[in-house]
Amino acid sequence: MSSNTTRQEGDPADRPGVDGFLRVKDLRVHFPTDDGVVKSVDGLSFNLERGETLGIVGESGSGKSVTSLSIMGLHPPGTAKISGQVVLNGEDLIGASREHIRKLRGKNMAMIFQDPLSAMHPYYTVGHQIIEAYRVHNRVSKQVARKHAIDMLDRVGIPQPGARVDDYPHQFSGGMRQRAMIAMALSCDPELLIADEPTTALDVTVQAQILDLIRDLQQEFNSAVIIITHDLGVVAELADDILVMYAGRGIEYATAHEIFTAPQHPYTWGLLGSMPRLDRERTERLMPIKGTPPSLINVPSGCPFHPRCLYRELTGGASETERPELLEISPRHFLACHLSAQDRQRVWETDIKPNL
Amino acid sequence: MGLLFVVSVITFSIFFVVPRIAGGTPETLATRYVGRAATAETVHLTAQRLGFYDPMTVQYANWAKGIVVGAEYDYGAGVERCPAPCLGYSFITKQPVWPDLLDRAPVTASLAVGASILWLVAGVATGVLSALRRGTIFDRAAMGIALAGVSLPIFFTGLVSLAFFSYTLGWTAPGGQFIPFSENPAEWAYSMILPWITLAFLFSAQYARLTRAGMLETMHEDYIRTARAKGLRERNVVIQHGLRAALTPILTIFGLDVGLLLGGAVLTEKTFSLNGLGKYAVDGIVSQDMPKIMGVTLLAAFFIVIANLVVDLLYAVVDPRVRTQ
Repeated sequence: MSSNTTRQEGDPADRPGVDGFLRVKDLRVHFPTDDGVVKSVDGLSFNLERGETLGIVGESGSGKSVTSLSIMGLHPPGTAKISGQVVLNGEDLIGASREHIRKLRGKNMAMIFQDPLSAMHPYYTVGHQIIEAYRVHNRVSKQVARKHAIDMLDRVGIPQPGARVDDYPHQFSGGMRQRAMIAMALSCDPELLIADEPTTALDVTVQAQILDLIRDLQQEFNSAVIIITHDLGVVAELADDILVMYAGRGIEYATAHEIFTAPQHPYTWGLLGSMPRLDRERTERLMPIKGTPPSLINVPSGCPFHPRCLYRELTGGASETERPELLEISPRHFLACHLSAQDRQRVWETDIKPNL
Repeated sequence: MGLLFVVSVITFSIFFVVPRIAGGTPETLATRYVGRAATAETVHLTAQRLGFYDPMTVQYANWAKGIVVGAEYDYGAGVERCPAPCLGYSFITKQPVWPDLLDRAPVTASLAVGASILWLVAGVATGVLSALRRGTIFDRAAMGIALAGVSLPIFFTGLVSLAFFSYTLGWTAPGGQFIPFSENPAEWAYSMILPWITLAFLFSAQYARLTRAGMLETMHEDYIRTARAKGLRERNVVIQHGLRAALTPILTIFGLDVGLLLGGAVLTEKTFSLNGLGKYAVDGIVSQDMPKIMGVTLLAAFFIVIANLVVDLLYAVVDPRVRTQ
């Protein structure tokens, strides 16, 4: 399935030096609707190793969550047209049977959702839900599973786990619920953990705790982690690599260090400019990216970001007619932009960097 | 308990206070017992013995006391003891109402219990399948039949099925039979099967629609996605997570429906000539036999109040968020 003969030079799915624990290649997820085909994800590629963290960043509707649901095989049958490759541990998931994917779910790949209150069943105890997750994939008695659930709650930092295991989700605080969700996701020791906006529904003081927890547990379990967020601050500390998505495609993909110190895409600049920074002198005000995310039915021609791009004139019209490919501009730094290297360098140094 | 008191006051008022306001006198009420041929003196005496000249509050107290501890009536030539719960005597048969009700209750209870189990199982199963196969032929057909079931009156479906299954095919017992469960369970079921199915058809249609709507809603909840993300089999996702949540409001309505039916399924009993509480009430209405009507009304109200209570308690069992710490 995962034929390596069609490799192209500079494909982000074939980052050099790695064999790819999770390899997503040219993933397309299209939803046929009455109004037209919604191209939620349209040619996305990335690569992730065990023990590494990838941050996927983008606005609402950029295809982040759809990507994660596609990897997990959670789109209801018949709704989405999915093509491309998702290779987990050498096994293509797109062509696999639903039953096979189901067996991988929870065991090999697990997911943490945005709102832990609505993501947990209100009628079952927290313990029951963790036990359930564990027993789907492990043939153990209820007592053993219960002990495991208490252990997991203890590991994610729930006080008095032996007593709280019998509580219902509504008896937990928001932060504790998310901890319980994490305990549930990690109960089968998955190799891949996808966290879809894990801190969005939490208040700020709890956010940092949850992120710390995810990082600690990742080191302990040596799992690969994908963190999906619209908040660059969330991935700043956590991610090894960052993939910036726009209109269903990757537009910049590099190490976190590169993204924060030498970003190349005008959209990434915009994201950085709209992020509050505590470690810098406070400037006048945050700079939002003008305009709104594009329709995924009628994606703008050429570079999908061009209607909102402040530097589109510098491309000589190319951004309106030709879609830029995601190309490797320097080792481990991929970019989809028509701007010339000189222009990018100049704008970054003069317009952007001083204002961050 | 407070509710039962309110219900009893209202029932009493409807049958005693309202007729008085509408122009009735103690004598007109007493005439019902002694007949129109009686002399004015007899009527007056009877009204006095039955306490119809007392103030309404006293009358209510005596009536309520009769229900709780029993009553004694001095009919001139001796004292008639009416043991608790005393719901009075029929105008026509002069027999106490309560033993009659006890006689009829098993018929109605058999009808309600059997039919409710049938409709709950059939309705919920149809609703779940319809929701999962939304938009398919199965869904459309099931919902079409459900619409027919909700719309068709019981005396139509009942008579048609009687004519077809009992008289043409001879598969089921003709109406008018009732063999107590304690005598012969098989015969009991045979005699009740057609009323059960007919009544269940009406109700299961409603339950199928409710279940379908509930399932369509819950299957889009986030926790369903979580259940799938755990790798649960789809069957378990649907039943343990989807149906479990969708069932809560259905159980509420179920409790109330059963409570309502225990007080008498008037149309079904009449259609199948079953001697239950509903038919007893109808007979009472037709012959203007007030104590009969009152007895059934009060018993039916009692069942509804109890059903409400059970549903409230059940809700706490089903939904942990309702439980208090």
